Amino acid sequence: MTLYLLAFYAYPLYRNIELSLRTYTVRSFVQGGAPFAGLDNYGKILSDPTFGPALLHTVVFTGASLAFQFTIGMALAVFFHQHFPLSGTLRALFLVPWLLPLIVSASTWSWMLNSEAGVVNAALGVVGVEPVNWLTSPQWSLVSVIIANVWIGIPFNLVVLYSGLQGIPGTLYEAASLDGATGWQRFWRITFPMLRPVSAITLLLGLIYTLKVFDIIWIMTRGGPTDSSTTFATWSYRLGFGNLLPAFGPGAAVGNLLIVMALIFGLIYIRIQRRQQA
Amino acid sequence: MRSPIKTVIGLVLTAVMLFPVYWMINVSFTRDQDMRADPPHLFPVDGTLEGYRAVLDQQLPYLGTSLLVGLGTVALTVVLAAPAGYALAKLRPVGGGALSFVLLIAQMIPGIIMAMGFYAIYLNLGVLNSIPGLILADSTIAVPFGVLIFTAFMSGIPDELTQAAVVDGAGRLRTFWSVVLPVSRNSIVTVSLFAFLWAWSDFIFASTLDGGGDHRPITLGIYQYIGNNNQQWNAIMATAVVASIPATILLIIAQRYVAAGVTAGAIKD
Repeated sequence: MTLYLLAFYAYPLYRNIELSLRTYTVRSFVQGGAPFAGLDNYGKILSDPTFGPALLHTVVFTGASLAFQFTIGMALAVFFHQHFPLSGTLRALFLVPWLLPLIVSASTWSWMLNSEAGVVNAALGVVGVEPVNWLTSPQWSLVSVIIANVWIGIPFNLVVLYSGLQGIPGTLYEAASLDGATGWQRFWRITFPMLRPVSAITLLLGLIYTLKVFDIIWIMTRGGPTDSSTTFATWSYRLGFGNLLPAFGPGAAVGNLLIVMALIFGLIYIRIQRRQQA
Repeated sequence: MRSPIKTVIGLVLTAVMLFPVYWMINVSFTRDQDMRADPPHLFPVDGTLEGYRAVLDQQLPYLGTSLLVGLGTVALTVVLAAPAGYALAKLRPVGGGALSFVLLIAQMIPGIIMAMGFYAIYLNLGVLNSIPGLILADSTIAVPFGVLIFTAFMSGIPDELTQAAVVDGAGRLRTFWSVVLPVSRNSIVTVSLFAFLWAWSDFIFASTLDGGGDHRPITLGIYQYIGNNNQQWNAIMATAVVASIPATILLIIAQRYVAAGVTAGAIKD
């Protein structure tokens, strides 16, 4: 083992250990001057009236986002896989929402969903639907942030599923055509089963990313009105940075709950990937 | 279905998908008095450049900061990740498997948790609201991704190539610099692109670690506009358009690298 090896192998490792310590220092930092609080912060979080709604919103937000992103992404991937004139260019354009800074997407959606002057309500008005208070009413705020998040997530699903489609041998489809299979049968009998490994990974990565989503919700609704779109990520931020008197301890406790959730799915992801490589 | 019909459907789908982007551009040219028109103007007739004038007047320093932070993050990420990727791919260090594992996990840590950790440390060190501090924090988004990309790519470099260099008397450092790095150009581009884009788009680190400083990035520039009571939406959207320029340029000049980066994290050949 040369010195060089040590320097360039050990340094990133050291860096990562340091990082993992950093996430931990939140608690040690806060409690450095304060008496040891044990699990008090966690107790406080669990008995907080925000806990139930935040958990529910995190689950609904993640589940609904994933379902729509994946379904739409899959449909688009199959569509673009047919190779027609311009398909490559159009597919590239679909990447745009994913590449834009989240604050750009979030503020654009905020204005589009504005109650009085938003283009969405104007369009709904044309077909005779009453204006909806997308961002300012408790029953719609969560729906609004889900819509924006689905829009941002479609490109990722499209690109990954599309590259998975390219791995399916064309001969399978030719054989199916000879046997007289319809397009619908080809999708359910060939495409869907063959894509199962890629789909699993897409969904898991999507899950891990969606649990982390903070920017969009915070910028569009700040988790409101009255917590109606608060998830663990925005709750944690609000506890830590949103008030004049920061509650780092509880904020970090919420964050650590979030990291446990992400890690569970992260480990499942790594397991699946290992099994596929074996 | 015949091909032209598919192209038409494809065009319609793309138009629907990109409508919000069009709307952002449209609103950025709309005059204040037309902003609440009912129905909204679909095209910026009687357009104005007020929004962009506001960008020039107020947002240039923010853009400069973002550019600096973005470039700094790229440099730091490549400097850290390329040698690490090389070591993992070719030198087979003890614990390499564990390190790759840690890197995968590191990507899954929610940004808000990292932000709190950094905040506590920076507060103690007194480096809140500084550009180097922000660069360091932003690089943590990209370094694990970078190492994974470099490892994947450099494993594909034939051993004969590096061994030939060793036979010619090159040390590990020289082999890395003169042989491995030049053939890894594509992966360097991919990693740099994403590091820049992530640093440029970062909001969570900026708002927590750099909220009160003199040098704030463009994402906070937009956020401040939104927070104002007299929201000037043409100025907000004009800033958003300008903030989207790097992403657009990247998509045009480096499309294949972008697609490669999106899939690299998810699928390994």
